[in-house]
Amino acid sequence: MENIDTNVSGVCTPAVGEAGRTGEWRELRPVIDSTKCIPEVKGKPACFLCWLYCPDGVVSMTIPVEIDMDYCKGCGVCAEECPPNAIKMVREVDADE
Amino acid sequence: MNDVRIITGNEAAALAVKLAKPGVIAAYPITPQTSLAEKLSEYVEKGELKSEYVRVESEHSSLTVCISASTVGARVFTATSSNGLLYMHEQLHWAAGSRLPVVMCCVNRGVGAPWSIFNDQQDSFSQRDTGWIQIYCRDNQEILDTIIQAYRIAEEVYIPVMVCYDGFILSHTMMPVEIPDSGLIEEFLPPYRPHTILSPDDPKTINPVFFPTRRENSEGILCDGYMEMRYKLQAAFEKSGEVIRNASREWAEITGRDHGGLIWEYMTEDAELILTGMGSIATEATLAADALRDEGIRAGVVGIRAYRPFPKEEVAQAFKKATAIAVFEKCISYGYEGGVCSDLKAAFYGTDIKAPIHDYIAGLGGRDVKTGEIVDAARATLETVGSGDTGNKTIWLNCYKGI
Amino acid sequence: MAMYEIIWHGRGGQGVVLAAQILAEAAYIQGFRGVTSAPTFGPERRGAPLTASTRISDGPVRTFSQIASADIAVILDESLLETATGTGRIKKNGLVIVNTTLTPEQIGGDGSFSVATVDAAGIAREHHLSMSGVPVVNTPLLGALSMASGLVSLENIEKGIRKKMPRSKAAFNFQAIRTAFERTLYVKNKKQPETQEMSEDGKH
Repeated sequence: MENIDTNVSGVCTPAVGEAGRTGEWRELRPVIDSTKCIPEVKGKPACFLCWLYCPDGVVSMTIPVEIDMDYCKGCGVCAEECPPNAIKMVREVDADE
Repeated sequence: MNDVRIITGNEAAALAVKLAKPGVIAAYPITPQTSLAEKLSEYVEKGELKSEYVRVESEHSSLTVCISASTVGARVFTATSSNGLLYMHEQLHWAAGSRLPVVMCCVNRGVGAPWSIFNDQQDSFSQRDTGWIQIYCRDNQEILDTIIQAYRIAEEVYIPVMVCYDGFILSHTMMPVEIPDSGLIEEFLPPYRPHTILSPDDPKTINPVFFPTRRENSEGILCDGYMEMRYKLQAAFEKSGEVIRNASREWAEITGRDHGGLIWEYMTEDAELILTGMGSIATEATLAADALRDEGIRAGVVGIRAYRPFPKEEVAQAFKKATAIAVFEKCISYGYEGGVCSDLKAAFYGTDIKAPIHDYIAGLGGRDVKTGEIVDAARATLETVGSGDTGNKTIWLNCYKGI
Repeated sequence: MAMYEIIWHGRGGQGVVLAAQILAEAAYIQGFRGVTSAPTFGPERRGAPLTASTRISDGPVRTFSQIASADIAVILDESLLETATGTGRIKKNGLVIVNTTLTPEQIGGDGSFSVATVDAAGIAREHHLSMSGVPVVNTPLLGALSMASGLVSLENIEKGIRKKMPRSKAAFNFQAIRTAFERTLYVKNKKQPETQEMSEDGKH
């Protein structure tokens, strides 16, 4: 059977990669300093404001905090929100070097 | 015994809505729709109708409430007139584009500027291309019956339906209306089943940005582009004619009242002169046809009940024998002619119907149109055609043109 | 198919709209299958002259345009007599019913229509039928209409009233309506007596 769109109205289903690998859009990459990140420093599930504010839902609520680079667009909201300034936005070209 | 009450068009509409039991009603009062909105809020207040009546600050919001409630599975109702309908314009497109079976009454009234509270059909006519089914009623019984049919039609084809009737002329005139038993409605009208179920267990995004091209989603399904969504609406419209006809036929079977499907006909069998129009002016035209027949002129009337979908097959059949056609309509597409006239011409193109058409723009802003005026106009049309002048004409009926 | 067109002339607050509706109800009960009643379309203001209309027919009414020329004009306010009976307003052999202390002869007219008169205001006062201190004349005039036109029986007028008002209020009106029926003076027009469509003696 051909996989066709049976929706009557305009609908899309949230799914990983629904709009392709948006990580390719990224110019700035968030880099976490584990010596400043609150959950890592305290060893407790605390803070996680980066997880809360990430518009793409690519930040994990884990220790250590991880960011899915396949889909992170590099918007920098996490770095902006991080209370101890543990996240730095680094130019992709520099990060690769 | 049949429950016959002598009521206004607005009360007939309110009773129909009460029978259809919408879960959510949101209507902002505007003349001449006001008494309909009042009646509905009274039913809800008294507990006669178990429905959420949402008070809103504008027509834009009233339709938005209906769109939202319909999206999550409620049967909904709203009603408006004139500039209120125009204020809904954007949301009319949203309701149709979202394929929501919203049912609305448009109590037809002239549009400002300048202000008029009186009847014509420019309001709903100007919303013709918003993707709504439009049905025009000729009397109060038809208003009641059509609203119930409208839910059946809308919920089957997922297209919103606008039930239009003339302000004051029907909305404020009392006449006998038979009220159907509520058991009968349950038989005729199955519960509303939304095309898309919204649930936290199965999250969906409604109406995201659609792109010019089709695209494959992460599950490998080739998803529609914007153009495919438009096509689906048009395809549903093409199916809707049959659904309107069926709803009408089945309603006639259980109530004995047949208002016609997309059109109705009056003495057209042998008619050389056919009068046509939408709503109460077409009813008045049936009396004109009687009077013309008394003069020996074979006149008949075709009433356009559904304006969208336009009954192209029906009219091509009904006007077959006409040698002259007089359209009486309460709207105009400025810079061209009346909408019914244009659509008839388009439907006749390529057929054998070559009868000249005289388009009478009549009754704008509540100007009275008397039977005698329709008789005189239609007779003049036949005489003009008979004299060899076979051009189409647009004529403003009973209008001082001293510019 | 015969159709009767009735215009009610009064002033805002006198109840012309309700009278037109009661007559439609009564006529339907009487057996007329087509009835309509309509107010003047537009804004209504207390004290301003206005009209309401009733159409009565054996079959469904198919005209919704305004009545140009009436079979019956009921005038609730004597001051509106001239407007209501102006040229072309009343059909030939039509009927004009006036709330007045005058007799039909005193009202006169051009002889092309019949005239009935009744002191509806006086009757209303007698029966303590008033609203905000003003005598209610619309319902007594329905009694006069029944007597002079014979179109709808007194009994059906009363049934019609019961449809439009609560029982206690309706009963209050019945006495006044009956008195109006009895006291209505009716003079048939002299010019064309042979074509009068309505019943000769005004009784149904």
